[in-house]
Amino acid sequence: MLDMNKIKKDFPILRVKINGKRLVYLDNAATSQKPKQVIQKLVEYYECFNANIHRSIHTLGEMATEEFEKARKEVAKFINAKEEEIIFVKNCTEGLNLAAYTLAREIKSGNIVTSIMEHHSNFVPWQQLCIRKRMEFRVADINEDFTLNYEDLYSKINKRTRVIALTHVSNILGSINDIGKVAKEGGDAYFVVDAAQSAPHLKINVKKLDVDFLAFSAHKMFGPTGVGVLYVRKDVAERLNPFLYGGEMIKEVYITKTKWNKLPYKYEAGTPNIADVVAFGEAIRYLRRVGMNKVRAHDKKISKLALRELKNIRGLKLYGPTKVKDRIAIFSFNIKGIHSHDVAHILDSEGIAVRSGHGCAMPLMRRLGVNSVARASFYIYNDEKDLEALIKGIEKVKRVFKVD
Amino acid sequence: MIEEIYAERILDHYRNPRNYGKLKKYDVKARDVNIPCGDEIEIFVKMKGNKIGKIKFTGHGCAISQAAASILSEIAKDLPKKEIEKMSYEDFIKKHLKINITYRRFGCATLALRVLKNALKKL
Ligand SMILES: Cc1ncc(COP(=O)(O)O)c(C=O)c1O
Repeated sequence: MLDMNKIKKDFPILRVKINGKRLVYLDNAATSQKPKQVIQKLVEYYECFNANIHRSIHTLGEMATEEFEKARKEVAKFINAKEEEIIFVKNCTEGLNLAAYTLAREIKSGNIVTSIMEHHSNFVPWQQLCIRKRMEFRVADINEDFTLNYEDLYSKINKRTRVIALTHVSNILGSINDIGKVAKEGGDAYFVVDAAQSAPHLKINVKKLDVDFLAFSAHKMFGPTGVGVLYVRKDVAERLNPFLYGGEMIKEVYITKTKWNKLPYKYEAGTPNIADVVAFGEAIRYLRRVGMNKVRAHDKKISKLALRELKNIRGLKLYGPTKVKDRIAIFSFNIKGIHSHDVAHILDSEGIAVRSGHGCAMPLMRRLGVNSVARASFYIYNDEKDLEALIKGIEKVKRVFKVD
Repeated sequence: MIEEIYAERILDHYRNPRNYGKLKKYDVKARDVNIPCGDEIEIFVKMKGNKIGKIKFTGHGCAISQAAASILSEIAKDLPKKEIEKMSYEDFIKKHLKINITYRRFGCATLALRVLKNALKKL
């Protein structure tokens, strides 16, 4: 069990009042709030050891480099990767694009397989790659219960499949996909996983999952904005060519040729976001102290309660699995006759922050037959009281719209 | 108070939009979306001289965007083209929607007027 009092105290923003009400922050799938430890680390970096890394001999340069590499070590350990397999980018989106651009130089024909539940950032890069290369773009469907349709997925994978691009957890449905299983069935294709929604909630072991690329964003897991991680399996990272050219990623440059730096620097051109990477290291330490098992247990507890409560609300349609084991605590819904935007606005008048709109998953919206959804997503500082506030808030939405 | 935004009149226009549908015969049409929430409005206009003769709209979206389109369709009829061109978004909200709109709903509230202005530019 999590010590909720202690956790809530770690997040200064939870004391902010919204429209005179207690903040009930349920937009964690968009970005999480930051614990004071992470905020303090940012301040500490700028006040005590700001310098460029990997190039300065002076003390500050050494301190900054050390802290930066310590963060890399934390991230590597967090997903059971080697340090040289961790590439820092600016967000999950950049990580996925980096994968797409480097792979684009490798592959020529065939097909790329993805799913209908992808966020645009793991859909459009592959769609565009297919258009450029005249490759076939194949999109696996979902089941009636909002889980991935594995049969459909496997039927789309064949000998000509060059890339499988799949999300670990859907940012709309909350569905968890069995990445390990797909890796086994996926054959020789490169396997690229979008872990933006899973890394904050689930224990990830890249060696067990056996994937080639895996990307996520720091800001959804207590870290600052402006930092993402792309894991690239060592043999793949060694074989592929770098994406961006410039400082840091170079070993030797001659007039006619250049030798790349070793991993992971080969993929990190230019001065990185040092401060935010350092603070992200602190975010990972925070998650490690809490324990990913406890994070998941809390998530399951909230999911169970939320599923029970939401089911009882007349006119509410939930888009996501109804079994706790198949999902994380992301709840997308619509209320009959009320647009998600209005739902979100009225909830906000009660201090409740939820997302509304297409959630950067327009193909999925079309598949669900809707234009938008309201989405409440929970994290470790959310408790039963927050869920209760949401349920009461939804009742208010219905009152304002005079529906029952 | 949130109830002031979702006033009876707004909810009524949202649920019973006036002039909803398409015109078979029209002089201009235009369509646009409000990116953050995906509201969508398409407006058809048939002119009568320099005035708006017939106007109809279709679309989907939040109560504010749809009610605004319905209200706009009512006030725009018989108005000279110039009046629409001149009409500021703030004035439209204040005089015609008559609700207090903050920055986050400005796009919803003004989508229809933006589409109508764009349609008239094509004339
Ligand atoms: C599943 C999924 N993939 C990718 C992203 C993109 O993350 P970012 O905007 O941080 O690059 C998100 C964030 O919304 C997401 O939920």
